[in-house]
Amino acid sequence: MSVGLEHYLVVSVLLFCLGLLGVIVRRNLLVIYMSLELMLNAANLALVAFSRYTDRPDSPDGQVFVFFIITVAAAEVSVGLALIVALYRKRQTAHVEDLTTLKL
Amino acid sequence: MQDALFYTFAFLTLVFGFLVVANPFSRNPVTSAMFLVLTIVSLAGLFVLLHAFFLAAVQILVYAGAVMVLFLFVIMMLDLKEEERRKIKTLGIVGGLISAGAILTIFLSSLLKAPLGAVQSPAVEGGTVPLAKLLFTQYLLPFEIVSVLLLVAIIGVVLLSKKDLK
Repeated sequence: MSVGLEHYLVVSVLLFCLGLLGVIVRRNLLVIYMSLELMLNAANLALVAFSRYTDRPDSPDGQVFVFFIITVAAAEVSVGLALIVALYRKRQTAHVEDLTTLKL
Repeated sequence: MQDALFYTFAFLTLVFGFLVVANPFSRNPVTSAMFLVLTIVSLAGLFVLLHAFFLAAVQILVYAGAVMVLFLFVIMMLDLKEEERRKIKTLGIVGGLISAGAILTIFLSSLLKAPLGAVQSPAVEGGTVPLAKLLFTQYLLPFEIVSVLLLVAIIGVVLLSKKDLK
């Protein structure tokens, strides 16, 4: 059986589940952030696969969307890491279990 | 040949992705970051197989280059050595497995119902020319908004990184 759209989608959903698992299980803020990046990349893979198989040949709209996602993700990572650094300066921790001030 | 390459890259992506999330040998964030770089590089291989050549290059330049360097800088700045010996709670593992399993079930049931015979043969080529044409005609407004967003991100990061954060 030759590789088709569904193969790429299966890889994408498995990668997304790995990222979700990382966000829920890991307790380190930085590793949680990396797992978020994994989930974004999984979505990118699905979009590129759909674009390859279902877009009109002369207009790769899905790939333009992935381009925007990569740009926004880069901005998001820079702001998020700056937040983590600012938090670390105040609280000396990057561990979610120590950051429970908002808990009721 | 293409199929073998697909299976190689898919296997590498998933294995490295797993090592980012749950490395049995080390809980150090630096190892996670390094395996994230490898995941991103093998994902770029999958992009090349999907003929998205420009995106594969951007993926390596922006993610494996810029974003991961930022991650490594932050990991170096926060000295995270003592974080390694903390335990992972079983409640978290159970909750994570349940939610990931739920998403997998939803996906697989919808994949089984999907009319995959209707999918065309692959046609789109993701070179720079068609992408640039779309980007500068149909998607010009989002493109400009993204540039404003990047500017806002730069200013925000500079403000947040100031020493006396009010």
